[in-house]
Amino acid sequence: MLEFASTALMLLGAGFFFAGTVGLLRFPDVYSRLHALTKADNLGVGCIALALALQADGLASALKLLLIWPLALLASAAVSYAIAERAHALGTPLGDAGADDPP
Amino acid sequence: MNVAVVFDGVLAAGLVWAAAGALLGRDRYRAVILFIVFGLLMTLAWVRLSAPDIALAEAAIGAGLTGALLLDALGGTTAATAGRARRWMVLPLAVTVAAVLAAVLRALPVRSGPLPDAVSAALPESGVTHPVTAVLLNFRGYDTLLEVAVLLAALLGVLGAVRHAEPVRLASAPVLQAAARVLVPLMMLAAGYLLWAGAHRPGGAFQAAAVLAAAAVLLALVGMISGWGRPSLRLRCAIAAGPLLFLAIAAPLAGRAALLVLPPQHAGLLILLIEAGLTLSLGFLLAGLFLALLRSDPVDTGKR
Repeated sequence: MLEFASTALMLLGAGFFFAGTVGLLRFPDVYSRLHALTKADNLGVGCIALALALQADGLASALKLLLIWPLALLASAAVSYAIAERAHALGTPLGDAGADDPP
Repeated sequence: MNVAVVFDGVLAAGLVWAAAGALLGRDRYRAVILFIVFGLLMTLAWVRLSAPDIALAEAAIGAGLTGALLLDALGGTTAATAGRARRWMVLPLAVTVAAVLAAVLRALPVRSGPLPDAVSAALPESGVTHPVTAVLLNFRGYDTLLEVAVLLAALLGVLGAVRHAEPVRLASAPVLQAAARVLVPLMMLAAGYLLWAGAHRPGGAFQAAAVLAAAAVLLALVGMISGWGRPSLRLRCAIAAGPLLFLAIAAPLAGRAALLVLPPQHAGLLILLIEAGLTLSLGFLLAGLFLALLRSDPVDTGKR
């Protein structure tokens, strides 16, 4: 049962990562790519950390694995804010396919 | 096919791809990002090779701090692309280095010779139970001492080359500062743990110091501390304290048969002392390489 739940969560996490990667490659501008990327970071990492925590031997390592999630959430939220803010400050337009080119 | 073989194959291919992109790419920004990617993939490779100590150092220093330094250097250059001639000059150099490495690798014995056995035989006298720490701080302590001296010389070089006298403080947003307020205490905790763990498992002064330095870089980037203009006397003392402590412990041992042989009955305590001092000083030192070069942001000063 635990094994099944863990595998299901792992697959779900991989699904989020896949969707995030496709979005990163296909979306037209910085802002929507960030939107795709943070889904992978936030939900994908969460699912995979939870899946691994279910398989961990002992509460301590399970909690350590689960701690990765809020830390990744925090970092990804702050970093995507920083990227979006900088892109906006540099005047990166919406919907421009070449918008991710560095200044 | 074996999953591990596939994973290693993908990892090796990714390493070659990232290295080629970083060396031969036209766009400098892209090259730096690929260099960071290379460092992270290399970290995974070290984990696969069962060398967690090197993996930690690679992640913290190779990918993290060096990446931050390169990105910072990028902000100071005007040319976004590297010239074709200069890029292709890299190729023969890279091929030569690779050929030399391959030749050395062929010359090495498959089994690592008598050294691992000698280390495990002497481990009870080293004062620690982790063989890597035993080698770094006891059996070959003078190597570590000299490495610290090299880093110190590098920082002195940077401090000598920097011109601005006024410390720079970056402007930043409350969101980033809030994130840093959560992350930095955890990084301090992780650094303390790495220092303590070094005695019996992967970790140690260099890794702990790299985490401390990363925390300082983070604080500087979100504008919570300013860069170094000219480092104050207190800062200089903190940088010198670790190497000086190391020397103070090494000096009374100088008359013995070999260099820096720690007396077995006090080795554990001495190693902890040396590592604690080195963690503090190396943390300031590695952070200083970044903080001394901190410039005001061209976007913030130019556009707002």
